[in-house]
Amino acid sequence: MSNTDYHYILVRYGELSTKGKNRLSFINQLKRNIKEALFQFSALTYQETYDRLYITLNGENPADVSALLQNVFGIISFSWAYQCPSEIDAIAEAATRLAKAESGETFKVIARRHYKLFPMLSDEINRAVAGHILDETSLRVDVHQPDIKVWIEVRQDKTFIMVNMIKGSGGYPVGIGGKAMMMLSGGIDSPVAAYLMMKRGVKVDMIHFASMPYTSAQSLQKVKDLTKLLTPYQSSIRLNVIHFTTIQLAINKVVPESYTITVMRRFMFRIADRLGLDTRCLAIATGESLGQVASQTLDSMRVISAVTSLPVLRPVLTYDKNEIIDCSKRIRTYETSILPFEDCCTIFTPQKPTTKPHLNKVEFYESKLDIEGLINECLSQVDVEYITQKQTAETDDLF
Amino acid sequence: MPNAIYLDYVSSSPVLPEIIADYQRLLTQYYANSDAIHDLGREIASLVALSRTKTAELLDVSARDLFFTSGATESNNAIIKGIAFANRSRGNHLITSSVEHSSVFETFKYLEQNHGFEVTYLDVDKFGQIDLVSLDQSIRPDTTLVSLMAINNETGAQFPVEAIVECVKGHPHTFLHVDGVQALGKYPLDLSRVDAASFSAHKIGGLKGSGLMMVKSHVAMDPLLNGGHQENGRRAGTLNALADIVFAKTLRLSLEHYAANESRIDRMHRRLIEGLDSFGVVHVNSPEHASRYILNFSVDHIPSEILLNALNQRSIYVSAQSTCSYEANTPSRVLTAMGFDRERALNSVRVSLSYLTQNQEIEVFLNALKEIIDYVKH
Repeated sequence: MSNTDYHYILVRYGELSTKGKNRLSFINQLKRNIKEALFQFSALTYQETYDRLYITLNGENPADVSALLQNVFGIISFSWAYQCPSEIDAIAEAATRLAKAESGETFKVIARRHYKLFPMLSDEINRAVAGHILDETSLRVDVHQPDIKVWIEVRQDKTFIMVNMIKGSGGYPVGIGGKAMMMLSGGIDSPVAAYLMMKRGVKVDMIHFASMPYTSAQSLQKVKDLTKLLTPYQSSIRLNVIHFTTIQLAINKVVPESYTITVMRRFMFRIADRLGLDTRCLAIATGESLGQVASQTLDSMRVISAVTSLPVLRPVLTYDKNEIIDCSKRIRTYETSILPFEDCCTIFTPQKPTTKPHLNKVEFYESKLDIEGLINECLSQVDVEYITQKQTAETDDLF
Repeated sequence: MPNAIYLDYVSSSPVLPEIIADYQRLLTQYYANSDAIHDLGREIASLVALSRTKTAELLDVSARDLFFTSGATESNNAIIKGIAFANRSRGNHLITSSVEHSSVFETFKYLEQNHGFEVTYLDVDKFGQIDLVSLDQSIRPDTTLVSLMAINNETGAQFPVEAIVECVKGHPHTFLHVDGVQALGKYPLDLSRVDAASFSAHKIGGLKGSGLMMVKSHVAMDPLLNGGHQENGRRAGTLNALADIVFAKTLRLSLEHYAANESRIDRMHRRLIEGLDSFGVVHVNSPEHASRYILNFSVDHIPSEILLNALNQRSIYVSAQSTCSYEANTPSRVLTAMGFDRERALNSVRVSLSYLTQNQEIEVFLNALKEIIDYVKH
C-alpha cells in the first residue's frame, strides 16, 4: 500500500460544529482557508457534507497535503480515505491491505452504514471485515484499546475506508473572529502572540515600527521573514511598516530619559489605534508578557493603554519566557526571532527606564510635543505590503 | 572529446548542467561582498543562508553547525588542526587510521612531526577494516580526537561509522571527525552523534573550490584562518558566496540521481568485477561490500603508470591510487596498509562510477583492458 493509493482526505471540523446559526459562515471560512493553504496542489478538488469536507487527491501525495493541513485552524482531525465499491468482498480486501500497512498489533473495525439498504448490518460488516483481517494478517482484535482503528463508511455508490486519524490544530478558522492590529517587533514574543490570536480565529494585520537609519534593512527583512513564517496559519498577512524615526527623535529631545520608553510606547499605541480603526480592526494585540521589561509592568500597561480606544489584547500576558520560547520553536519562528538585528525598542533604550510611570507626568512631558502633527505625519507615509505564501522569489529555483 | 570514457568520477565529476546555468546567472548578477550591509550584499547573504538551511535539511543537521569552505582538504585541515590545538590543554593524543585520504593523513603527520602531538595510526586488515576493539583500546584519557573516513577514496572500503560512533561516544572527552567526502550524496550518513565532518562539492557534480564542514556547536576548535567574523568565526574570509549558494542544489540533485540509479550502478559494478575476474591476471583489491562507486584492482606485471597510459591512448580515463597522492613508482599507501605486496600496491588502478556511467562504457573498458593485457604479455 503506498500513499498514492489513497483517494481522499476526510476533514472533520472543529469547535464550530456546535455553533448553531453561524455554522455556514464558519464552514465557508474554513473551506476558503483550507483551499488557500493547499493552493500549491492544483489537482485537489473539494466536496462538503454537513460536518465534513472531502478533499479528492487526484494523485497528489496525501503526506504532503497533510503537512499543510495540520496548520489550518478549525480542523479537529482528518484521515486519509481509500475508496472502493460498496461490496463486502472489495471492502474486506481493501481494509486488510490498509491495516497491514499500519504499524501495530491489535485492531478494531468500526463500520457505519449511511446507505441503509446495504444488505448487511453494521455489526455484520464489522465481523466480516475483521474475519478477513484475522485470516490475512497476524493482527489481533482489541475492541477497547486497538492500535489500529479501521473506519468503514458504506454509502450507496462507494465505500470509504480509513485507518489513521491525524490530529488537526483545533481552534477556529482564521477570519471568523474579526481582525486585530498586531504589533510585531521582531522579537520572540510577538510572533507567538500573533499565532495564538490566529488560533482563536482572529485575522491579524501586522504593524511594525522601523527607525531607519537607526535600524537596518536587515531588521525590516527579519520582520517580513517572521510574517512569512506565519502564513501557513493565515495565508495572506498585511504588514504595515511605520517610519517612526521622527517621533523617536522628537521624544528623545524633550522627554527625560527614564520616561522615553513609556512615551514612545504611547505613540506606538496611538498610531496602531488610528490605523486599526481605519482598517476595520476590532482590537490591538501585542506580545507583551507581564513583568519582563520596563514597559511590561502592570503600571506601564495601564499608562500606555490609556491612549487607545480599541481594546488591547495580550495573548502571552501570563506566559513564562520559556513557555513563549517553546511555542516559538514549535511554530518555527524562534530561529528568525533571535537574529541579532537592532529593532526600534533596543536602539533608543535608556539606562534606567521607569517601571512605575505616572500618568500625570507622562501627560506633562507629552504636552511639549505636537502629538497630532507627529502622528498624522507618520500615518501619511505607511508602507503596506501583503505577505503571502504564494510569493515566489525569482531565486527560488536556485535550490 | 568524442567517445571518451570517463571512469574517474570520485576524483572529480562533471558539473551538473543545472549548476552551470545557475552559477552563470549568479555570476552576472551578484558581485557584491556577502558581508556588506547594503541591499545587494544582504541579498547574497540571504541566498547563502538559504543554501545552508537547505543543505542542513538534506544532511539532517542544524544549519548553525555548517560552514562553507574551499573544499575537503581545507575542511579536514581546519577540523583536525583546530580541534587538536584548541583542546591541547586536555590532551596531546590523536587517533586516525593508516588508510585516510592524504589531506587527513598528512595533517596528522604534520601535527606529529612539527608540533609534538602523539598520533596513533590504526592498522587495517586485508579487507581495509579497522579493528573496533583496538580503536576502543587506543582511546586514552588524553585523546582529544578520533578522525576516520566513511568510505575509502582508493578502495571504496566502508568503515562502520555507526559502530565507530558508538565506540567513541563511550569516551565523552574525545571528539569524532568523519571524512565523509566519498559518502556525500551517495550513501546515507547519520551525523546526529558525529562531532565534525568534511565534504566536497566537486565529487558530486558541484564546483571545485567549494566545500563544507560540519562542526557541532559544542566542539572547541581554533580557526585555521583568522580574520573576519564570517561563518561564526569558524572560518574567516569573504565567502565564495556563489559557490556556496549552489551547494544545496548540487547535493539535492546528486542525492536524487544516485538514488534513482542505485541498482543500475550496482549491476555495472558487479559486471565490472565479473569481467576483471575472468581475465585471470587481474586482482580486485577492493573488499567485498565496498562502495559500488569505486573499484580498485591490480594487473600482474603491469605497473599502473603503463596501464594508465595505455588506457589514456584509447581515451579511457581512470586513476592510479588516489589522484591526490599519486607519484609514479610509489606503492599505494592504502594497499600497503592492507597487507598487499609491493608489486600489487604499485600496479593498482582505480575505476570509479557515477550515475552518468553507461553499461556500454563498462564493456568498452573491459575490452580495452583485455587488449592491453594481451599486448603487454607478448
